[in-house]
Amino acid sequence: MAKILAVDDSASMRQMVAFTLKGAGHSVTDAVDGKNALDIAKTQSFDLVLTDVNMPNMDGITLTKELRSLPAYRFTPILVLTTEAGMDKKQEGRAAGATGWLVKPFNPEQLLATVRKVLG
Amino acid sequence: MSELQQVNQPLESLEGVDVDGDQYLSFILGDEEYGVEILRVQEIKGWDNVTPIPNSPEYLCGVLNLRGTIVPVVDLRKRFEMPLKPYTPTTVVIVLKVEGVTMRTVGVIVDAVSDAHNVTEDNIHPTPEFGTHVDTRYIKGLVPIGANMMMLLNIDQLLSVEALG
Amino acid sequence: MSIDVSQFHDVFFEESFEGLDAMESGLLNLSIGTADVEAINTIFRAAHSIKGGAGTFGFMNVSEFTHVMETLLDEMRNGVRDVTSESTNLLLDAVDVLREMLTAVQQKSDTDDERIENVRMKLESMLNESAQAVSEQADVGEAVEPELSGDDGQIGWTIEFKPHSHLLQTGNDPVRMFHELELMGDLSVVCHAAKLPAFSDIEPEDCYLSWTLTLEGDESKDAIMEVFEWVDDDCDISIEPLYSNEPLVEQQLEQKQAIEPEAARPSELVENDTAEPEPVVMQDNKVVQANAPTVAKASTQPATASIRVGTDKIDSLINLVGELVITQSMLSQIGDNFSEEMLPQLIDGLAQLERNTREMQEGIMRIRMLPISFAFNRFPRLVHDMTDKMGKKVELKLSGEQTELDKTVMEKIGDPLVHLVRNSLDHGLERPEVRRAAGKNETGLLHLNAFHQGGNIIIEITDDGAGLNDEKILNKARERGLVAPNEELSAEKIHELIFLPGFSTADTVTDVSGRGVGMDVVRKNITSLGGSVDVVSKQGQGSTFTIRLPLTLAIMDGQTIRVADQNYILPLISISESLEIKNSDIKRVSGKGELYPLRNEYVPVIRVYELFGLKPQTTDLEEGLLVVVDGAGGNKVGLFVDDLLGQQQVVIKSLETNYRKVVGISGATILGDGTVALILDVSGLVSLYKDPSLAKLMVVDERVA
Repeated sequence: MAKILAVDDSASMRQMVAFTLKGAGHSVTDAVDGKNALDIAKTQSFDLVLTDVNMPNMDGITLTKELRSLPAYRFTPILVLTTEAGMDKKQEGRAAGATGWLVKPFNPEQLLATVRKVLG
Repeated sequence: MSELQQVNQPLESLEGVDVDGDQYLSFILGDEEYGVEILRVQEIKGWDNVTPIPNSPEYLCGVLNLRGTIVPVVDLRKRFEMPLKPYTPTTVVIVLKVEGVTMRTVGVIVDAVSDAHNVTEDNIHPTPEFGTHVDTRYIKGLVPIGANMMMLLNIDQLLSVEALG
Repeated sequence: MSIDVSQFHDVFFEESFEGLDAMESGLLNLSIGTADVEAINTIFRAAHSIKGGAGTFGFMNVSEFTHVMETLLDEMRNGVRDVTSESTNLLLDAVDVLREMLTAVQQKSDTDDERIENVRMKLESMLNESAQAVSEQADVGEAVEPELSGDDGQIGWTIEFKPHSHLLQTGNDPVRMFHELELMGDLSVVCHAAKLPAFSDIEPEDCYLSWTLTLEGDESKDAIMEVFEWVDDDCDISIEPLYSNEPLVEQQLEQKQAIEPEAARPSELVENDTAEPEPVVMQDNKVVQANAPTVAKASTQPATASIRVGTDKIDSLINLVGELVITQSMLSQIGDNFSEEMLPQLIDGLAQLERNTREMQEGIMRIRMLPISFAFNRFPRLVHDMTDKMGKKVELKLSGEQTELDKTVMEKIGDPLVHLVRNSLDHGLERPEVRRAAGKNETGLLHLNAFHQGGNIIIEITDDGAGLNDEKILNKARERGLVAPNEELSAEKIHELIFLPGFSTADTVTDVSGRGVGMDVVRKNITSLGGSVDVVSKQGQGSTFTIRLPLTLAIMDGQTIRVADQNYILPLISISESLEIKNSDIKRVSGKGELYPLRNEYVPVIRVYELFGLKPQTTDLEEGLLVVVDGAGGNKVGLFVDDLLGQQQVVIKSLETNYRKVVGISGATILGDGTVALILDVSGLVSLYKDPSLAKLMVVDERVA
């Protein structure tokens, strides 16, 4: 199935996301913040990136921008996981090149539905 | 009618075992027989050298290594102030689970392990005030076994932290 | 597919408590007035993570409460709200409440609802001023497009979808969206390729196509909008009702009102002025709600203690395992066809195995090591709260927070540390006016410092307060009969008195440190960890309490010694030297026993066999050795032993698990042959030497305790 890069500074979210996606047969790589994710993304390729917004070192919006500037990630779906109220972060995410978003809190079923939506 | 009763009897006594009876392990100390609840027996092991603890009572022989934990060992002959005799091949350490503030493991050195007995509540006779080596506080009661008496030990009292001094 | 998220609860609680600690220390460091965006951001981020996690794992009350805090922090971060001491204190209260709520959820216990409500109300009333603007916006959002029911002849929708040329570069794929629409009803798609340029001009990454879609079915417009939700800024889109008799019109594709005000916004704006959990975009709040009870039920097991380990530590362990495997295969090769010539190889191999084992052991011990900041972190808050209450001004300085310490030691050192800090704040540091009068800076300094020294960790608690009052202590000691009326003591000896049981010089029992716990308990707790505590104090200038602790409770370097027919282990760290001595060097002082002159001090000779009541093999000091060790309070003592045997690392086992504490013995260990060896406790030996009756008395003491 798909190779997914999951980025979140919260260990419990990382575990939940990885567990859910692995359960659906995907292969999941973890990253703890944007910087970590970017380093990983440069060394291997992914079919989908799921990223939290608010993270230390590099936030999800910056990560999205950075990824989009890499040729290998020009068309890769990037989903932003956000708890942000209001449209600001979504707009920002979109402007940075994110494919879409999933609003926290979400449950595993919602996560899978969204991932299915992007991966077709 | 009488047939029915006959059939019923063993059934009743079987139930009696399940409900009232407790299994006791008996062991020998000199010419006396003592019993401890079998559920409290963790294991029985051969006598081995122990490491003495400084400034402890004489009956506390020391500590031994029981699969990585340090277990104190009490010589019951010394504890009950009975005449000492050299350890023989039958000398064993009975490792017991002692309840107190916390659950502790304590070994006792006895001459030999004897038997397992089922004891029901109404088999237990009260302890007389005299006539044994042992402080009656540590005896829960007496149980006749054939011509002998088995003394049931209250190990939680006998082997409490305080009593181990 | 149903996934039990309760398995992630432990991790969630752990990171949430860490997050709360981070919020707390962040709030305490926040300077009033100016908004340090990065500092607030850190606090915000912690709140944010807790809110997200709590929502995900079904702890709605936690998530709702955090939402209010988060909103307040967001305003601070954006500069809309000033950082005042009022708001900081309120947020600190909220951190406490949140901690309680999380603890209650974790332990399935009840919360103090009144307190929670109280703090929540305060937070909300603080937010109130700005809330108005938000709610006005929300009104706009509430203008919801009326849902069409189909009874007016509508059979579906016509969708004009004109992607902007960069749409593909957002990772969105129109075909994927069409598939989604297909699931909603009968879909027909007409593609418009008119904008497609000449082949040579095509930019392969751009999108030139547009589509007209008709969807028959009774889906709402919102549901359709949701399919396009991610791209509504990256395309022109219009969705018009389709009626049964209306022919499919090839429409003039001028952009209609974009969707924003109608569909996508309401849910987001509404949540700004309520404390409701955020609606889930994928719709179906019901799913979340229905999940909550299951989640709560599933986690009845008690929380297991876990430890967070840096991946570098794990990686190094994996490398070590690799080396171990290589050694093992080498050894088994030697074993397969062993001949005498291979003996040197075997010896090499065994040496390598020993090294691997030791490194592995150290590596595993390192996993248990945590930075002492875990113990230090609570102090900023404690100092903040206490000084507030006492009207004192104190600056807390923390250093060496990254010094690592075994987790078990860390857990046990917490209370003694708190006691010492409280003690300094209460008795050591003076009120501002007193300090001013004494010519000191109004603000007192309290310094917690940790560092490694040898195999020990040292923690110093230093204050520049009044110092110990020698006279008062001495009087008190005389009053209690601890010191003879005419006996004069050096300052050091006087300071030692405060560690005696039941000794407290506080004039009145204060709310702060008068908790019925004395310095004797502090010392007892630290000693039980194999450590020591001492004080150096100068009247008028302050005090330094120094705690010395072993790095770990599990393993230590031991020196095997022989006393009479017994072998004991002496902690290598406590030995300063061992000497052969001459009887003629010994000074015998009546009442003080034997003293050995070592350089410029006299070292008391402790005959271990005497203390332990063992039958000596020799009583002649010249036939044995004097092992000089550091006794309590930095004083050296000499242990007379028969012989020094090998040195080895020993794994420390407790005697207390199944027996009790024995004076002069800190624990036991199991030797290579399976027998038990006792580990000597030097400070216990010194106490026993000073007062041999302790050997019997301690039993009574323990029983009382």
